Amino acid sequence: MAKVLIPTPLRQFTAKQDSVTVSGATVGEVLSALTTQFPELRKQIFNDEGKLRSFVNVYLNDEDIRYLGKDATPAADADTLSLVPSIAGGAR
Amino acid sequence: MTTAPPVTLSKDEILRYSRHLIIPEVGIEGQQKLKAAKVLLVGTGGLGAPLGLYLAAAGIGKIGLVDFDVVDFTNLQRQVIHFTQDVGRNKIDSASEKMLALNPHLEIVKHEVALSSENALDILKDYDLVVDGTDNFPTRYLVNDACVLLGKPNVYGSIFRFEGQATVFAYEGGPCYRCLYPEPPPPGLVPSCAEGGVLGILPGTIGLIQATEAVKLILGIGEPLVGRLLLYDALGMRFRELKLRKNPECPACGEHRTITKLIDYQQFCGIPQQAPKQEEKVAEGEIEVTEVKKMLDRGDNFVLIDVREPHEYQICNISGSKLIPLGEVGKRLGELDPNADIVVHCKSGMRSARACGVLRANGFQHVRNMKGGILAWSEQVDPSVPKY
Repeated sequence: MAKVLIPTPLRQFTAKQDSVTVSGATVGEVLSALTTQFPELRKQIFNDEGKLRSFVNVYLNDEDIRYLGKDATPAADADTLSLVPSIAGGAR
Repeated sequence: MTTAPPVTLSKDEILRYSRHLIIPEVGIEGQQKLKAAKVLLVGTGGLGAPLGLYLAAAGIGKIGLVDFDVVDFTNLQRQVIHFTQDVGRNKIDSASEKMLALNPHLEIVKHEVALSSENALDILKDYDLVVDGTDNFPTRYLVNDACVLLGKPNVYGSIFRFEGQATVFAYEGGPCYRCLYPEPPPPGLVPSCAEGGVLGILPGTIGLIQATEAVKLILGIGEPLVGRLLLYDALGMRFRELKLRKNPECPACGEHRTITKLIDYQQFCGIPQQAPKQEEKVAEGEIEVTEVKKMLDRGDNFVLIDVREPHEYQICNISGSKLIPLGEVGKRLGELDPNADIVVHCKSGMRSARACGVLRANGFQHVRNMKGGILAWSEQVDPSVPKY
C-alpha cells in the first residue's frame, strides 16, 4: 500500500481524486494497481511499450525513482508516491 | 556574481533602497550588485508581470524583456503589469512603461521578437541570468539549452490551474530542465493556460519565487533553489520539495552531451511547421461557422456536438447543441448514429478536431469539425455569444 498524489492535470483520469491509496510492494506494482483502477490514466503516464513517459516523473517521497531502483523500488505503507508531469504555462 | 562591482548609488537611490541598505546581508555592497546586474526576463505575461515589477523595484540595473505579444482582455485577470487601458498595446511597451514609472533608475532593453534558435544565444549572452516566464514547451527547451551552452543560470517557474513548479536550472553545473524532463509531452496532451485555465493569483506566487531566487543569486546570499524542485499547490496551500538530480546521461549537460548547438525546438516538441497560406482555406473535414448557421436555419438533419466541459457550456453555448465533453466521447458513442451527419465544435477547434478523430476511428462517416469553434461563432454569426 502506498499513497499516490495525483496532480491537477491528471485528476480528470482519477475521478477527480487528488490522492489514491493502492496496494503494491514496489513502485511498479503500485503504478500498475493505480492504472488498473483508472485505465484512462494508463496512456497518460505509460507509453505503448508500457514504459513511463519521459515528461512524467515519479517520486518516492522526495526522491526521483530514476535514481532509486526505478519500477523495482520497494514501496512501504508509509511512503508517498508523487506523479509530477511537465507543465509549461506562464504567460498566456 | 559575488565580486563587488564598480557602480555607485546616488543620494536618491540610497533613500529609495533604504530598507535594503539597512539589512546587513544586502547593504550598500549588495545594492551595488543589484544595480550592476543584468537580468533577462523571457515573457512579460503571468509570471513576467510580478517579476518585472519586483525586479524593477528591487533595483536591478538592467533588465532585458523578451515578448512580441499584444495585451488582450483575458490577460488582465493575472498579468498585473498590464492595465485595462493597455489592451491592444504591445506587452513589451506596456511592461517597460510600468517598470520605468516604478523605478526611473532602471535601464530596460526591449527585445521585441520571438526567441528562436537563430537569435537566442545573441540575446542571452549579455545577461548574468535568465528568468523563464514563457508559456510553451519549445521556448522552455530553447531557453534551457541556450542557458546551458552559455553557462547562465535559468530561474524557472511554470503554472497550471492551481499548481506551480519552480527551481533554478544550470547554476554552476547544476541540473538543467532536460535532467528533469528529457522530453516534452506530445502536443495536445498537456493543456496550456489558454486551454486549461489558471487561477489569476497563482503566477504572482510563482513569479515572486523566481524573483526571490534571482535576487538571491545576484546578492550571493542564502541557499539557492538548486537541485530542488519546489511544488506549490494553492488549493491545499502546500509547498513540497523534491530532489532534482543532475542526469549523467543528460543530452544537454551530461558527460556525453549531444546538444552542442541550438536545435529546431518546434520539431523537437512535435509541432508541425505551419503552412500559413493554406490556413485560411477550409481543410477537408472542416466546416465554416457561417455554413453551420445556414444548416441550422434551414433545419437540416444533423447533430451539433459540443465537446467542451460542462462549466464552459454554462458560459455560452449554441442553441440545439448536444454536450459531450471530449473525455466522454469514446464512452458515449452509443448515443450517436454512425450514419448521421455530425458537426463537432469546442472553444477554438482544437479539442473538436480530436473528437472528430475519435468518431472517425469508430466508423462514423460524416463528421466535420466546426472551424474556429464557438469563438468564431461569436465573431462571425452571433456577437451576443460571449468570448472567454
